[in-house]
Amino acid sequence: MLEVKNLHASINDKEILKGINLDIKPGEVHAIMGPNGSGKSTLSAVIAGKEEFDVTEGSVILNGEDLEDLAPEERAHKGIFLSFQYPVEIPGVTVTNFIKTAINETRKAKGLEDLPAKDMLKLIREKADLLEIDRKFLSRSLNEGFSGGEKKRNEIFQMAMLEPKLAILDETDSGLDIDALKIVANGVNKLKSNDNAVLVITHYQRLLDYIVPDFVHVLYNGKIVKSGGKELALELEAKGYDWLK
Amino acid sequence: MELKEKLVASFLAFENKGGLDLDSKTHATRLQAIQNFEKRGFPTKKDEEWKYTSLKSILKKDLGLFPSTDTSIGFKDIKEYILNDIESYTLIFIDGVFNSFLSSTTHDDCDVCVLSSALTRPKYKMIVDNYFNTIAKDNNSLTELNTAFTKEGAFINIPKNTIVQKPIQILNFSTGKESEVMLQPRNLVVVGENSHVQIIERHQNLSKNTTLTNSVTEIFVHKRAIVDFYKIQDDTKDSSMIDSTFVSQKQQSVASVHTYSFGGKMTRNNLEFYHEGEHITSNLNGISILHDKQHVDNHTLVNHKYPNCESHELYKGIYDDKSTGVFNGKVLVQQAAQKTNAFQQNNTILISDGATINAKPQLEIFADDVKCSHGCTIGQLDESALFYMQSRGIPKKEAKALLLFAFGNDVVEKIKIPQLKTRITKLIAKNLGVNLGFEL
Repeated sequence: MLEVKNLHASINDKEILKGINLDIKPGEVHAIMGPNGSGKSTLSAVIAGKEEFDVTEGSVILNGEDLEDLAPEERAHKGIFLSFQYPVEIPGVTVTNFIKTAINETRKAKGLEDLPAKDMLKLIREKADLLEIDRKFLSRSLNEGFSGGEKKRNEIFQMAMLEPKLAILDETDSGLDIDALKIVANGVNKLKSNDNAVLVITHYQRLLDYIVPDFVHVLYNGKIVKSGGKELALELEAKGYDWLK
Repeated sequence: MELKEKLVASFLAFENKGGLDLDSKTHATRLQAIQNFEKRGFPTKKDEEWKYTSLKSILKKDLGLFPSTDTSIGFKDIKEYILNDIESYTLIFIDGVFNSFLSSTTHDDCDVCVLSSALTRPKYKMIVDNYFNTIAKDNNSLTELNTAFTKEGAFINIPKNTIVQKPIQILNFSTGKESEVMLQPRNLVVVGENSHVQIIERHQNLSKNTTLTNSVTEIFVHKRAIVDFYKIQDDTKDSSMIDSTFVSQKQQSVASVHTYSFGGKMTRNNLEFYHEGEHITSNLNGISILHDKQHVDNHTLVNHKYPNCESHELYKGIYDDKSTGVFNGKVLVQQAAQKTNAFQQNNTILISDGATINAKPQLEIFADDVKCSHGCTIGQLDESALFYMQSRGIPKKEAKALLLFAFGNDVVEKIKIPQLKTRITKLIAKNLGVNLGFEL
């Protein structure tokens, strides 16, 4: 589904990613772990198409298509979803209006008509229930004044609405208490199928107790220095990162 | 002949030909006003209050002062500028002349009619004597000029304890039958104790010719009365406008003036509130969305003279291309005005590198027990918010529009007439060049 080949990326001429290789197949959950500053968030931003980063070498391929020249919205239309570590507050746009716009723009890109209002409402309610989101929450301005947990839950709600092929969860566990973490993880697990894939980016092993990965990769200084099964996460938790340097 | 000389020279003819009563108090008022104008002339950039707004190019035009009205104008020509989906009183002026056929006036519970009749009929003499030109007097040379040539405009007189159920729409059209014209409408609004009225004002050029409108409105708000005044400025690119609106408020009254500036070549808004009692609330809201070389100058004044009053001011601007904006917000808190709450906010987004804003908050506070604040921001669109929205599949252009929409939303939220809110929302969408699939 997603192939990252020898990916080098830099910002302001400073190289952050120094040759990443990753192969994610449908139905798989991959986790990327690593210390602060190792390039985890850069990798997710580059896959999502953030323009500040220059891809100097290598490629990101989604279902056989090179994403290089695609704008972030075009990547989203093709099925990439990035759950932000720090979701942006947008005063004046309600959660409902935002997700409606996102859904209909995605449909438009695929040559489909707008989703009828009735169906949209039904879908919103169904997915809100899945994430145990209060209906009142949906008419609030997007992320404005949301607690850390509400912001993350709202990210996964949007993921549920957009049904991406590849979901990248960037530090989704940060700012979550254990109850919120369970709700979010449970939501992600319910959305998992044999046709989609999840890339979990995390600092700690905690989230991986709930979203169980098939593969764990350790990112250090812009490179994947070790890959393994889910037991690698436990090993990292126990030993820290120093033994890998 | 320069415009100033032409105006002064035309004054006698204007009074004589207009069939205006030369014995009346109004005549004396006019005469004094034209003398004041002659002495002061048009403001130039040397005047502190006109530092960033130049009238030079518009004053060079050979403007016709007494256009003949186009009698062929019908409802179909003007309907897009009227709010039709709501019952209202309408006062329609074509080239400065009242059109009774297209208008809908009343004298039932209140007077919604024209100033020319108020100035001449004995029935209204008291009101005219008590109110006309009492706040506008000696304000500046442009209001003097308007006073000198006062002939027509809206006259709205609401007796006490009257809730006017229908909004009042004042629409001024110019048809450009003569090539280039100057119009000087004059409105007088008197709202009695405990009464409530909503007014919508619009100026629209129906031709491609140049117009300069120099409009003056005086609004008197008595005890506990509520007035909402909405100004829609979406005129053609050859139309310029100087609007001076003066509000005098008595105790416990609430007056709100909303200014929506989207069109026009040059727009200058002088908006002044004067407090004449305690527990008064004044609201000033404005949004400007400009393109090309458009220019909008919002000059506001809130004069706090009595204790325990509030003023809330919120102005937003979105400037693209080479457009320019001015915000000069003066809040004066006099020594007696203890316990004043005065808030002022001015936020601007500059979309292009060529756009400019000159913002000048001006707080003059002579009382010591007050709460006054002002916030002024000038910024660009938030790139991280754009990326966030794009990553959810919203194309950059729509994402920008959505952010700008959201930016202006709190000004639009203050509109109390739902149909007007829809109209303004659509105008904003149009001016941002995007069709949004929902209302905010």
